[in-house]
Amino acid sequence: MTTPISFILNGDELFHEVKDHWTLLHLLREEMGLIGTKEGCGNGECGACTVIVDGLAVNACLYLAVDLDGKRLETIEGLAGSDGTLHPIQQSFVDEGGIQCGFCSPGMIMSSKALLDQNPTAGHEDIKHALAGNICRCTGYVQILESVEAARDRLSEQAGGRNE
Amino acid sequence: MKAFKYLIPESVEAAISFYQAHSETARYMAGGTDVIVKVKEGWMEPDYLISLKKIQEMAELHKNEATGELSIGALVTHATLEKSLMIRNDYPILYDAVSNIGSLQVRNMGTIGGNLINAVPSADGAIPLIALDGVALLHGPEGERSCKVIDLFIAPYQTILKPGEILKKITIPPQAPLTGSGYTKFGRRAAMELPLIGIGVLLTLDEESETCTKARICLGVAAPTPMRAQGAEAFLVGKKITEAVLIQAGNLAADESRVRDSIRGTAWHRREMIRVHVRRMGLRCLALIKEGR
Ligand SMILES: Cc1cc2nc3c(=O)[nH]c(=O)nc-3n(C[C@H](O)[C@H](O)[C@H](O)COP(=O)(O)OP(=O)(O)OC[C@H]3O[C@@H](n4cnc5c(N)ncnc54)[C@H](O)[C@@H]3O)c2cc1C
Ligand code: FES
Ligand code: FES
Repeated sequence: MTTPISFILNGDELFHEVKDHWTLLHLLREEMGLIGTKEGCGNGECGACTVIVDGLAVNACLYLAVDLDGKRLETIEGLAGSDGTLHPIQQSFVDEGGIQCGFCSPGMIMSSKALLDQNPTAGHEDIKHALAGNICRCTGYVQILESVEAARDRLSEQAGGRNE
Repeated sequence: MKAFKYLIPESVEAAISFYQAHSETARYMAGGTDVIVKVKEGWMEPDYLISLKKIQEMAELHKNEATGELSIGALVTHATLEKSLMIRNDYPILYDAVSNIGSLQVRNMGTIGGNLINAVPSADGAIPLIALDGVALLHGPEGERSCKVIDLFIAPYQTILKPGEILKKITIPPQAPLTGSGYTKFGRRAAMELPLIGIGVLLTLDEESETCTKARICLGVAAPTPMRAQGAEAFLVGKKITEAVLIQAGNLAADESRVRDSIRGTAWHRREMIRVHVRRMGLRCLALIKEGR
């Protein structure tokens, strides 16, 4: 009951044999050793496992690995530059105190990235709506919302800079 | 999670023949947001999961501009409906409901068809489709048939679908001009929470007299299956809609409901919230109709 699949992981094309009942979360953490994506509840409730498939944020704990065939996957491991430079969203979470224990952070950051990729001018309410499925037990959310707003501004400055 | 074989047919006919080959041990899956949770928890133990995701004809969302009929493929996700400007502008009741289902992650995977067939009393997708007079098109081993969306449900977690039958799409008949609609999911919060009670109202006014020509008051979690408060609807038709009239309609709807006490809330509270939100949604309908003019 294994099926060969091919997909793009953080820009690189990959082939993998997967069992039909593996979740994408299992494939990443247990088979590929990519443990940046976290498992909290395993049932779609907490958002710790959020990854981006073809531009859409999904819960890797409910997504079957076989369904990844032919798709483009982004995980937290793909965000920082090869020299370790943090992605603007990651840097904003560090600067604004959006990270305490850090368990929710990969999911929070991937939800934020999916949002800002689609809507670079997302406002406070848009951010709350997009992050409603990500639970944080530490920060009380205020710093997280501030982090995403700071990231949005940072990204739009960078984009503005490039256009000049 | 229990091991299963995943089958990926590309047509409705192929899906049905897979089902017939393994009927006792096969289940259909669309977005999987219910199925995968159930398999993980051991509540469902299929040997075969038949994915419907690659059946193109079931993924289409489109409005026939000539007839005004809207067709929603069963595979259309909540997020696709939420992002559609056509849905947001022309079917506000549907937008209200789908934009608060679960989380964005769940809405990116979960489908409208899965929401209906799962048939939980609190399914947010059912209420607007009932208020919009939706019709479900089914296709099974014995061919096609259709029924009103409200008639899909026979008991909690139970629909009229026969073994192997697939919900292909839902069609919504053309909406009259001067129609307004809205849905409230009342609970502790909208996101990531099943509603304590779901209230959908749709009103159509007659152009000259401003009297109501059509009313739909649909309630979720108010009975074992989604229901229409038909007494309250009949009360509104033929009347000029004012706040006082809407308050009376809310009272009638609350009386008609068959709410119960549950862990998440009391019958008394649910009844009070029906009163409040029928009125509020009615006022929202009026405001939308005014804006549209
Ligand atoms: C964290 C979380 C939060 C949620 N919040 C909400 C909420 O707020 N409101 C709400 O209403 N629901 C909620 N849900 C439930 C669920 O996400 C929705 O009901 C969703 O729409 C189900 O669709 P699906 O495509 O994922 O269904 P699946 O899991 O794929 O299928 C559900 C059932 O329907 C059957 N089925 C699916 N499609 C068809 C078809 N076309 N023909 C025949 N049978 C079919 C399957 O066999 C299965 O029995 C939530 C779920 C999770 C995990
Ligand atoms: S682990 Fe996937 S949502 Fe909690
Ligand atoms: S920082 Fe600890 S859970 Fe969010």
